[in-house]
This record gives sequence, structure tokens and C-alpha cells, in this order.
Amino acid sequence: MSGTLCIDGIAVPFSDGQTIIEAARSAGVYIPYLCHRPGYAPYGSCKLCTVKVNGRTNTACTLPAADGQTVISNSPDLQHDRQRITQMLFVEGNHFCPSCEKSGNCQLQAVAYHQNMLDNHYPHFYAQRELDASHPDILIDHDRCIFCNLCVRASKEKDGKEVFGIAGRGIHKRLIVNSPTGKLKDSDISVNDEAAHVCPTGAILVKRSAYLAPIGARIYDHHPISEVACEKEVIKAGEASGYPSCDQTKLAQNGGPDSHYAATMPPAPDIKHDR
Amino acid sequence: MLRAVQAQYLHIPQAAIEQLAAALHIPRTQIIAVAEFYSFLHLTPQGRYDIHISDSITDRMLGKEKLLNYLAEKLKVKTGQVRADGLVSLNNTSCTGMCDQGPAALVNGYALTRLDHAKIDLIAELIEQQAPLLEWPAELFAVDEPIRKPGLLLNQPFNNGAAIAATLARGLMETLAEVDCSNLRGRGGAGFKTALKWRTCSVQTDTPHYVICNADEGEPGTFKDRMLLDLYADQVFEGMTLCAAIIGSDQGLLYLRAEYLFLYEQLQRVLKRRRESGLLGRNILGRDGFDFDIEIRMGAGAYICGEASAQIESLEGKPGIPRVKPPNSVICGYQRKPTVVDNVETFFAATHIAIQGGLWFAEVGTAQSTGSKLLSISGDCARPGIYEYPFGTLVKDILRDCGADDVMGVQVGGPSGTFISNRELQRRIAFEDLSTAGSFMVFNSSRSIFDIVQNFTDFFAHESCGFCTPCRVGTTLLKNQLRKIVEGNGAAVDLEELSELCLIVKNTSHCGLGDSAANPILSTLASHPELYLNQLKQSSFTPGFDLDATLAVARRMAQRDDDAAHLSQVEN
Repeated sequence: MSGTLCIDGIAVPFSDGQTIIEAARSAGVYIPYLCHRPGYAPYGSCKLCTVKVNGRTNTACTLPAADGQTVISNSPDLQHDRQRITQMLFVEGNHFCPSCEKSGNCQLQAVAYHQNMLDNHYPHFYAQRELDASHPDILIDHDRCIFCNLCVRASKEKDGKEVFGIAGRGIHKRLIVNSPTGKLKDSDISVNDEAAHVCPTGAILVKRSAYLAPIGARIYDHHPISEVACEKEVIKAGEASGYPSCDQTKLAQNGGPDSHYAATMPPAPDIKHDR
Repeated sequence: MLRAVQAQYLHIPQAAIEQLAAALHIPRTQIIAVAEFYSFLHLTPQGRYDIHISDSITDRMLGKEKLLNYLAEKLKVKTGQVRADGLVSLNNTSCTGMCDQGPAALVNGYALTRLDHAKIDLIAELIEQQAPLLEWPAELFAVDEPIRKPGLLLNQPFNNGAAIAATLARGLMETLAEVDCSNLRGRGGAGFKTALKWRTCSVQTDTPHYVICNADEGEPGTFKDRMLLDLYADQVFEGMTLCAAIIGSDQGLLYLRAEYLFLYEQLQRVLKRRRESGLLGRNILGRDGFDFDIEIRMGAGAYICGEASAQIESLEGKPGIPRVKPPNSVICGYQRKPTVVDNVETFFAATHIAIQGGLWFAEVGTAQSTGSKLLSISGDCARPGIYEYPFGTLVKDILRDCGADDVMGVQVGGPSGTFISNRELQRRIAFEDLSTAGSFMVFNSSRSIFDIVQNFTDFFAHESCGFCTPCRVGTTLLKNQLRKIVEGNGAAVDLEELSELCLIVKNTSHCGLGDSAANPILSTLASHPELYLNQLKQSSFTPGFDLDATLAVARRMAQRDDDAAHLSQVEN
């Protein structure tokens, strides 16, 4: 089935099997999301993409597009709710953007900028979460986990492994690792796995890669997430390589103030030899 | 399987996780996720006597807190902990479905009722003597089923097999037409039209089809399914069987909440007897090819598993997280196959509709809510218990029947339902007015609304599955924000914040739990706004430090303590 739906007054064509968010993205209409990722099975947990479809509240990342749907995405009410949901994610974990190596490449941060989030609004939970730095190449900073499930899905669906899982209930949710000790070093994850690169925040990081792109030359430093998310070519490149969809070097090569850094960036070090 | 492991080892040990993961070819993360999700599964050893005290508001009203402290003192164990010798562990748990005979508890999963100091003395003694549960006096475990007012269904005579025979004689589609004509709607609270669900399932080409009876009666204050399964199990199983005939299913599952473990053995006996009488198994009532059997699966302590798709996830051995819809479980349910999930009372009603016909049922109640409704009445009334009323009955009539003279308010439909004040007693029990799965809690004028609302709000924060952001984070924010106001630390802006937060959690959550988690606050904000306003701090600001106290040194040095030597920051 294909047809046309209407998002905030814009006619958006869709093809068979597309969800509302994918139809929108293809048409260059950005609906914010964090737990979604093009090419992944819909999950629907972050609720950022909450929209009104024919008057009913739904998540754009899970609802199949259908001919004639009227979708409201950017009403003041929905934008306000999105800002609050983003703020909930910030207070639930421990997110310190200024000292985070993911800053500028972080989807959570970029979405927060997009929502014009100027404070946390809610009282902080000050969650006590442990760091897992056991693996030689990959780090888990649980403070930054937003339970989007992307690493779980990546490991299972893309890497053919089941390295990650989400356990616990309610506010006690936690990301767990499938290994006898529960530590990442004893799991069968590899630095080339998609699961090591898919995290939308700085919770799962590849070691010694943090500052390959300096602050100021990162994905969202010069391009708002609303543009990056709808960038078709970049997405394709990302999917093919199994790396994050928005490759900062590619954006940098497109010109603009980032080119200078891209050109002067040192080659990536060989990860193996400096354990 | 995990329940069996836990029964033997008092927790799920690491070695068992490794063995199960290898044997079942599932990642160990799935086992850990399940163990952490359910309240009655543990990754650390619990006591050989594992006690859970029911923390429903009605238990609290019956003096639960004092009894809990008394028990903790007697057994020398702190709530939430295991005693050093490993003999006993003590915890709170959500409502155990014994609100008509509380304060209640569970010991190793078995229900204890009507606790008082004498019983606690006895229990503590039995534990110290390490007496096996089988040797404990039966009266500790006695569960009454006080049917105070039987009506349309509870009064109906019934012979085993009659509804199946009537269904087969009339014809399957003809019986479905009767269910349709009865306008029976789901009794679990959502009120979806039963015939529509069954018809949709029956036309699905994907096979097999499944019938699931939802006996995860977790809504605090509800216990009518307990009574039905205790006294009317045949009529419930019969409803499942005729549903199976209609939708073309040969496998049924009864999802029994962990708190009703005491019913497990007797329900197995009923199933066995029905198999022996040709009412379950192959060629039921001699009809060639009509094969259907029912298996009982135990829950493990998670309110969310009352939600149909979460229950299906739970039945598949996973944490009970509600699925993304569409597709609905009627199309893609248990094992991704078409599945009918209905409440215990729905199947019970269907049994009698199959015998008596749809009109008989539709003549009772209101146009939109036909038939009768079982209510579980608890709280401040002379006669708590089970009452059956035609839909449309006024709340004030119900209160009169159950002997509630002094009424401050009534919680209809449990925490996820509606709180009505004593100014609203003309309202009716009906899907179009006060919808309820059966919970009906009465509060007298000595009760504090904030105690009630805080108990309910804590309940939702505790039971949120944590899948979606607004419910996972929002229910805890609600709990904290409410506490801030109740404890007198809120300003006017905090009340506005509370209302806003309520709406975000309600409007953007993934499932019904989040959708209703703010109801206790929203409905009491509407009915008693003055209560909240009185709770607010009146000063325009709260000083960060005590100016007057810091002048103490200066006063001492100047040897002065007159009025002029004191400073107040806040003009009261």
C-alpha cells in the first residue's frame, strides 16, 4: 500500500511498510526520536515522536503510515511534552554535557537543543550507576544510558549476538551484559560490532576515539539534528558501513567551517596495539 | 521454571542462570531481566520463610503498619531484609487480593488473612520452631468468599457441560450471535466488546488460535476473580471452552496471579475432573475434532501483567512489557498467533449467555453497559465482600447495602479508576459513568485523602514496567512531587507543576498503566482542590539559611537578647 498522508499541513508520500516517522524523514520532515533508528525494528519507548494521528495520540515510529492520515507533530502542546520528556531523560541519568566526550555527536544533546531545552526542569535523581571499563576497546558509562534498546537490537539483529539486555523494573531499569561476570570484557562483543557504535548518547563509547573529531567539528555543532536526521545520503553511508548514520567526516567534507578540522585530523590510531 | 528453581534455592543462583541459558538456548540477560522484573523472583537468597505483607490502602486502614512493625520486632528482621541466619525475610508487596479480609500477607507465596497480634505471635513462634507450612494451623490460611449480594449470574443454576452443550446444539456462529446480542463487554476494565474480539479472532487464517483467561487480578481492592475461581471455576473454564469452540482453538491458558497460589491445586483438580468428564481434552462432549485443554501458568508478582499484551509476553517467559500496537493480540498474540485474552468474569458471563441467550443478558443493565457487574467491596463498611449489581446501579445504593454510613469518598475501579467524593454518590456503575473492573473501596471521614493518593501513586511508581520514558521517570516524579506538597514544602508553582506532570504521564505513556497512573491525583485535585491548596507553603520564599541563628554569636558577645537583637527574614 502506498499513498499520501498529511503532516502539519505538508503532504507526505509513503511507500509500503513505512511508518509515519520514516515516511516523514524521507520527505525531509523531522519528527524527533531517540529510540528509533532507520533500518531497525520499531521499538517505541522514548515517546519523543509522540504525534496526533487523526486526533489520537500515537508514536510516529511504530504506527504504519496509511493513506489520508492527518498527523499533527509540531503543535505547541506536543513540542512542550517533548521538551519535558527530554528533561525526564536528563534528570533520570547523569548527563554532564560539558565534560562528556560525546558532546556534539550526541543525539540526546542534539534533541535537547532542538526542543530548546534550557534547563532540566525536574529535580535530579542522582542515580548511582557503575562504569564498566573492563573491555579493552569499549566503555559503558551507565550514567548516560536512556534505555533506548538500540544496542540490544543492534547486537541481536545486526551482529547476530546477544551482548546486551535491559533488566529491572520501573525506575530501576538497567542495561546488562550477557557474560558470566556481567562485565563487557567477558562478552563476545567486538569493536567492529554495530552495537558498539549505535548508542545515541555517550553510554557506549569506543575507547580512544573520543576526540578524533574535535569539539566544534562534530555532527551537531553546525547542523541541527532536524537536518542531519533527514540527510538521506549520510544515512545510507552510515548503514552500509555499520557505523553511526551521520558520519562526522562526511559532513565535514561537504565544506563549511568543519573542513579545516577534517583535513588536519590525525589518522585513526591502530586500536589493537595500545592496550 | 524460575519459580521452581527459586522454591528450591530461595533465589535464582548464578549457576542456575548459566544452566538454564544453555539448556533453553536463551541469553542469560533474558533470565536476569525476568528475575529482576517480577516481585517474587530474586537474584539474592531470601529467607526460608519469605513473608510479604500486603500494602494496599485497605490493609493500612486495618492497622497494617503497626502489625508489620510488630512482626519485624518479633522476628528481629528489618522490612526489606533477610535475617542474618537466613530463616526469614520480610517485605512489603502490592495488594494481595484479600482486601475484604485484611490485613493480609503471603508466606512462601501462600495467603495469610485477617492478621492480628495473636496471629503474628503464633506465626513468629512457628517460624522460630521452623515448622513446615503444612503443619501450620489451617485457620491462618483461611480465605472466606463472602458473597453478600448474588445477582443475575451468581444466582443462576448451572450443570457442568450445559453451556458447551448449548453452544454445540445452537451452532457456533449462532452462539457468537447471542454473545453479540448480549452486548457483553470485557470485565477487566477496558470494556471492549467481547463478540467483536471473538469474531475477529475466529476469522484469522493464521493458526493455531489461543484462549487466555486473565486471572492476574492485580488492581488493588479487587478480589472477585479470586471468588469466581474459588467457587465457580467450572463456569469460568466452561466459558473458555465455548470461546475455544467459536474461535477454533485447542489450547487455553489460565494466567493466575502469584498471590492466588492457594487456588492452584484445587484448580488443577477441577481441570482433571473436567477432562475425566469429557469437558476438556479430545472430542469434547463427543463432538469429533473439538479438542481443547487448559493449562495453568502462575504469575510472579507484576501488576502490569494484567495488561493483555504484557501478560502474553509474560506467558512467553519474558518480562511483562506491553507490546506495541497495532497489531492487537487478537491478531498477533501468544506465540505471535491470534489470541483471545479475556477476564475471568467475562468467561463466567459468557457461559451463562451461551445457556440463556443474549437477550436475557441484554435486558439487564443500561444500553451501553448490559448485564451485571461483580464488585469487590472493601474499606470502611460493615459488610465487605462480593456484590453483584445490574449496571447502572447508583453508588449510594451500593453504600447502603454494604453498611457504609459515614462516607468521605469512594475509590471506584481501584487506583487506576476514579475517586468520588460524598457529593457525587448519585453516580452510576457503568462504562459510560464510573467504569470499574470490580474494585470499590470505601473511605470514612477519619481517612486522609493524601494517605490514599500517596499509597496509590507509590503503587504505580512501584509497578511501572519502565519501558517508556513518561511512565518510568514520570511516575517517580509524580510520587516525589506529591510528597513535596503533602509534606508542606510545596509552593503554588509546585501544584501547577504537579497538574502538568499528571497530564504528560497520562497523555504520552505507552499503555494503560501510565495512562491511569495520574488518576488518583487528577481526580482528587478535581474533587478536593482546597485540600491541596491548604497544603502549600504560604511564604513567598524559603530562606536558604537561618539569619537569626547566625546572629546568636553576636548576641552572646553583646550580651543582648531583646527583640531588637533578633531578625526575621520572612514576614509571617
